[in-house]
Amino acid sequence: MSSLLKITDLHVAVDEKPILKGVSLELRQGEVHALMGPNGSGKSTLAYTLVGHPKYEITSGTIEIDGTNINELDPCERARLGLFLAFQYPVTIPGVKVADFLRHAVTNIRNPERKEGEGLIPMREFRKELKERMEELGMDLEFARRYLNEGFSGGEKKRMEILQLAMLQPKFALLDETDSGLDSDAVRVVSEGLKKLSGPQMGSLIITHHERLLEYNVPQFTHVMLAGKIVETGDAELAHELHNHGYAAIRERHPAEAAEEQERQAKAQTANAGI
Amino acid sequence: MSTDTPVLEAQIGGGDYQFGFHDPTDKYVFQSRKGIDRQIVQQISEMKNEPAWMREFRLEALDIFFQKPMPTWGGDMSGLNFQDIYYYVKASAGQEKSWDDVPEDIRKTYDRLGIPQAEKQYLAGVKAQYESEVVYGSLQEDLAKQGVLFTDTDSAVRDHPDLVREYFGTVIPSADNKFAALNSAVWSGGSFIYVPPGVKIEFPLQAYFRINTQNMGQFERTLIIVDEGASVHYVEGCTAPTYSSDSLHSAVVEILVKRGGRCRYTTIQNWSNNVYNLVTKRAKAYGDSLMEWVDGNLGSKLTMKYPAIYLMEPGARGETLSIAFAGKGQHQDAGAKMVHCAPHTSSRVISKSISKDGGRASYRGLVKATHDAHHCKSNVVCDALILDPHSRSDTYPYIEVNQDNLTIEHEASVSKIAEEQLLYLMSRGMTEAEASAMIVTGFIEPLVKELPMEYAVEMNRLIELQMEGSVG
Ligand SMILES: Nc1ncnc2c1ncn2[C@@H]1O[C@H](COP(=O)(O)OP(=O)(O)O)[C@@H](O)[C@H]1O
Ligand SMILES: [Mg+2]
Repeated sequence: MSSLLKITDLHVAVDEKPILKGVSLELRQGEVHALMGPNGSGKSTLAYTLVGHPKYEITSGTIEIDGTNINELDPCERARLGLFLAFQYPVTIPGVKVADFLRHAVTNIRNPERKEGEGLIPMREFRKELKERMEELGMDLEFARRYLNEGFSGGEKKRMEILQLAMLQPKFALLDETDSGLDSDAVRVVSEGLKKLSGPQMGSLIITHHERLLEYNVPQFTHVMLAGKIVETGDAELAHELHNHGYAAIRERHPAEAAEEQERQAKAQTANAGI
Repeated sequence: MSTDTPVLEAQIGGGDYQFGFHDPTDKYVFQSRKGIDRQIVQQISEMKNEPAWMREFRLEALDIFFQKPMPTWGGDMSGLNFQDIYYYVKASAGQEKSWDDVPEDIRKTYDRLGIPQAEKQYLAGVKAQYESEVVYGSLQEDLAKQGVLFTDTDSAVRDHPDLVREYFGTVIPSADNKFAALNSAVWSGGSFIYVPPGVKIEFPLQAYFRINTQNMGQFERTLIIVDEGASVHYVEGCTAPTYSSDSLHSAVVEILVKRGGRCRYTTIQNWSNNVYNLVTKRAKAYGDSLMEWVDGNLGSKLTMKYPAIYLMEPGARGETLSIAFAGKGQHQDAGAKMVHCAPHTSSRVISKSISKDGGRASYRGLVKATHDAHHCKSNVVCDALILDPHSRSDTYPYIEVNQDNLTIEHEASVSKIAEEQLLYLMSRGMTEAEASAMIVTGFIEPLVKELPMEYAVEMNRLIELQMEGSVG
């Protein structure tokens, strides 16, 4: 039976400032969803909230996996239930080698009951698997020995996120602008990589501004976010349209949210001018 | 990938201190009464059957010890009572030849510390200092053939008197500081190494130290002479059992690295929480030589330790890498001294400290250049990681320079574990404790990778142990 990630009327605040204002969405294993929307509309906020970033406070609404409310679970517990976020801005962890980090991550995700200090998956098995995944993504094996994201270029960081996705095989993959800031070659590698990983076992929510990723990974659903709400849901055609014509039509169709967006931007500008 | 994989998989049992066991003490062959005076010092010298010059050296140092006031800087030493300490305990009847001859209970202790395993592969020799005397020692034959001397310092006084007398106390005179004077008066054990010209020892030489009697001070004295063009890496590791009343560890380490020689001295210390660890370490590095201190300090109540390198001739280089971990009730006051006594010398200090649960880590460093030491370079980098708001980190860099023609760089940073880093690791299935330990392990990795493999593993285990239950 396929698993279901269900988001119901989610309200989220950061530093007591409301950002998400009632988001509902259902993502099934095996489905591909695109999440689009202008900058600042709340896409990353939704992604962070789903993986349990402590700064993002759920003020109302629920997140459930197969009927179990996960609002109160920490990021580690959620990851072990099969949630994964490919970060828009992956952080650097100095001194921690990619291979070491991944071996711990893989062990924890595959044995959700594992306690700290308990054994890791066997070295040989892990190495073989890592090598295969890295080759598939056209990554130099030398990466396994580097420190996590330290000195990585933008493209290398994004590829590292996809490698983690490949190794961890989550039920629900959230990809936050995994294709931005990359040259077209890198976009192709990432798009193909994601396509290869997709299948009946993985549901994905792809946050993107570009076409390419969605050409390789055609969404069954496209959601459009504006001012903290999903204002429209359509199919792949909607994504295509937004890409060609921008958000003007969306704003016209949803004047209340568009006004709110403007108000928020104006506020942000005055705040910045004050500095 | 091979050296780092055990990093976070150590399985450390409960309790505060993994090696907090101790052996029955009624088997001691000789134990001096508590306290310190001329009679005790004479008795120590007699027990050791020492030549007159060493007895004189001790007695002179004792006078200096009494004259010198306690240092008023550094850490709090008010809990230290010199008259409430045993200054000499001899644990077994004599120097043992092979592992099998070592008394059973002592062997058990070392088994639990993992020494025989450590010896197996590529160790050139093991010296295990048990209490005040070295009870076990071995040195690979080929080293002996090359003229390398590796023995406990007591034996060296007996067997190589000329060599010892020439150098003993020349790098660190008794009058240097109160604790150097104390060590000079009551010293016992420690290692003596002489590497003849051009001999390069490929494997680290090792020694383990341990304190095992309540209120017993440990005053080992180490002297290393690296002759011209020779090289050696000496490794020393410490673990101590837990006791309720305070103990004192006050060692003196003197090193000479002659022209073109290389010496690396690696220490990992993990004293139990009641130990005052007040150590004087100094090296003199001559022309085109390289001296390196790698110093890891965990545990103890108070550690004051500033390994020094005197760069005596042009081309001499000095490097100190230090890691300090200050946990609950602990103060690590550690650092480095670099003294440029000649032109065209260079030094580098990298210091990393971690403080947690109210611990305090201080970096105290000195870079000094004499008036004719032009064209010198010194680079000091201090990074501190503070794990909670109750903990503390300070930096005290002192620079004494009478020269324009030299470059001194000093960088210091203080950081906390970033929320974003924790989130990133936790979102990959790491628990909060595991994620924190991973970040801390990564923080010290640049130093840990300089350690011999089994020490790197041990270091990471100790960090794990210190991090256990730190969060959540
Ligand atoms: N950590 C944060 N601190 C303060 N404001 C935030 C934070 N994260 C998001 N916001 C605010 O929430 C709104 C939505 O941001 P975000 O979710 O990043 O949008 P998107 O990813 O769609 O561009 C913006 O106004 C942004 O400034
Ligand atoms: Mg975003």
